[in-house]
Amino acid sequence: MTRVSHLTTADAQLQGPKGPKPKRAFSGANLFIYGTLIVMSLYYLLPLWVMIVTSLKDMAEVRMGNIFSPPAEITFQPWVKAWSEACTGINCDGLSRGFWNSVRILIPSVLLSITVASVSGYGLSMWKFKGSEVFFNILLLGAFIPYQIMLYPIVIILRELGLMGSLGGLVLVHMIFGMPINTLLFRNYFSSIPQELFKAARVDGAGFWAIFFKIMLPMSLPIFVVSMIIQVTGIWNDFLFGVVYTKPAIYPMTVQLNNIVNSVQGVKEYNVNMAATLLTGLVPLVIYFISGKLFVRGIAAGAVKG
Amino acid sequence: MTVIENPSVSIKNLDLNFGAVKVLKDLNLDIASGEFIVLLGASGCGKSTLLNCIAGLLEVSGGQIHIGGTNVTWAEPSDRGIGMVFQSYALYPQMTVRGNLTFGLKNAKVPKAEIEKRVARAAEILQMEELLDRKPGALSGGQRQRVAIGRALVRDVDVFLFDEPLSNLDAKLRTDLRVELKQLHQQLKNTMIYVTHDQVEALTLADRIAIMKDGLIQQLASPKEIYNRPVNKYVADFIGSPAMNFFEGTVDSGVFTAGNLSIDLKGYEFTPTGKLGGLAWFGIRPENVIVGGDGPVQIDVIAEIVEPMGADTLVWTHVAGAPFRIRMDGTSTVKMGDTFGVSFDPAHASMFDKVSEERL
Ligand SMILES: Nc1ncnc2c1ncn2[C@@H]1O[C@H](COP(=O)(O)OP(=O)(O)O)[C@@H](O)[C@H]1O
Ligand SMILES: [Mg+2]
Repeated sequence: MTRVSHLTTADAQLQGPKGPKPKRAFSGANLFIYGTLIVMSLYYLLPLWVMIVTSLKDMAEVRMGNIFSPPAEITFQPWVKAWSEACTGINCDGLSRGFWNSVRILIPSVLLSITVASVSGYGLSMWKFKGSEVFFNILLLGAFIPYQIMLYPIVIILRELGLMGSLGGLVLVHMIFGMPINTLLFRNYFSSIPQELFKAARVDGAGFWAIFFKIMLPMSLPIFVVSMIIQVTGIWNDFLFGVVYTKPAIYPMTVQLNNIVNSVQGVKEYNVNMAATLLTGLVPLVIYFISGKLFVRGIAAGAVKG
Repeated sequence: MTVIENPSVSIKNLDLNFGAVKVLKDLNLDIASGEFIVLLGASGCGKSTLLNCIAGLLEVSGGQIHIGGTNVTWAEPSDRGIGMVFQSYALYPQMTVRGNLTFGLKNAKVPKAEIEKRVARAAEILQMEELLDRKPGALSGGQRQRVAIGRALVRDVDVFLFDEPLSNLDAKLRTDLRVELKQLHQQLKNTMIYVTHDQVEALTLADRIAIMKDGLIQQLASPKEIYNRPVNKYVADFIGSPAMNFFEGTVDSGVFTAGNLSIDLKGYEFTPTGKLGGLAWFGIRPENVIVGGDGPVQIDVIAEIVEPMGADTLVWTHVAGAPFRIRMDGTSTVKMGDTFGVSFDPAHASMFDKVSEERL
């Protein structure tokens, strides 16, 4: 009799909650989270969808007005036209000219700004000198001054330097405006590298440049990618500096896109405009896709600490 | 105080300030060639700062540093004839072990054949031949620290600086590597300056220990001397685990009195300068208190807490109102609440002035 009762208590103990706690797929919280995510992605994807389908329709179909419907007949003519035939003023060679201008602005600006920012960030974190913190804070302040205030003074400076309206002038402006945020990024990243590593290298007889190139650079790919993405996107998307500091022959792609889309002669070719806009946005998009993973890693490593 | 002829490292009137904070104050230290010196002190007392000054990684605010007879106060770290090992190993993560070992030699433009020779020797001494082509990320903590020591070794210098090299290792490995370091010192006979906050490391490794507090050296002496004849109450309290037992009382004509406890100080060796009366501390180490025994001072105690620690058993009690610890044999069968007699000899005690806390 006693044995039986022992067995039943043991069984009862085994019957309660056991193993991992079951999760409900359709809990209130889940519905809320996924609902929000779906709404948000629709909000961003719908305009993109409209742009893509419109750019693949001919004008006759565009005029019918069903902006959400896919093209009845796919045509790439608007893309070809946007790239090589659309007119801005008297030039009718499409966006291609602006694209190459942008490339010629982008490459030196990005290389120069990242080089300068990485070296200053390294200097400000590892080789602190008297007043280096003050120097850094002044630099940071630069990030908070509205561009509009500096627009005209820079015109004067560039004119005095003989760089107004030239590609070199615009490159210089991009480099200067990229300094605060990128120096901050690099400084914080290098500050997170243990001081002892730096000390060990000094005992090993390495100087400013040897430590930078042989020890620090090989460790900082992620932050270079972050900085590159910020600069490529910022410089490629720039409109204001491009239109103010250059002349029509070297207008970057964004300025030319504006001129095509806002041109007053003739009919509005919505399909061409959509194609032109997509073409202009393609470069930053490609950069994001290629380096997205490194970007997240770099942001996590460098951007957060003050 | 012994005067050291031709010291390997000599620090003269060293000051170091971080802004308004004076971290090192008029510090003097002579280290003999081949000596193993340990800088021991609580965290934040300025040990690493002193080591960094010797290495040339911090600019001194005043005073001089001489290494091997040369004034190196203004010299670059790489020109001082030192090698340094850090707590966090500080290995270059993107280089192989071989790359880590040769980085400094390449910077110094040492000929290739000579580099090969030195790497081979270091690898043999530290038994890490098979690790040479690995990256630091693929090494265990102990192996990493061995590589870091190797990096100092290939520099072929006279002075090694260690900044808490074992603190990041687990207890077992720490003990193993500690013994290896001692063997290494016996083999190489370099001057070694070793920073730690671990008194066991200090006592086991050092020829002489410098106990530091607030940027000042409190006592510089052999481990034995420091342990048995601490110069002030801070040192007495800092060294030894469990800490020394203290009674607060008065000394009068060779007798120490604290409450109802009075101790005849016959056998206690007063310092020549110590005054023989007034308020004082009486200190006796837990291991100098013997259960039973026939020491001159006999006390009855009640075991309040019993802590078996394997090799020893620690008993906590109170004597004359002050907490009192007794270190017994691990086989002792004392239980909480037991009453028993203990004794000790004032010859093993340390006495300090109540106000200045200097040894009497
Ligand atoms: N770069 C620095 N700037 C300001 N104060 C510092 C700096 N480095 C260390 N200190 C201060 O100097 C004192 C001694 O530090 P340290 O030598 O690292 O102590 P430890 O004995 O633990 O090695 C500490 O109080 C610390 O806060
Ligand atoms: Mg330290």
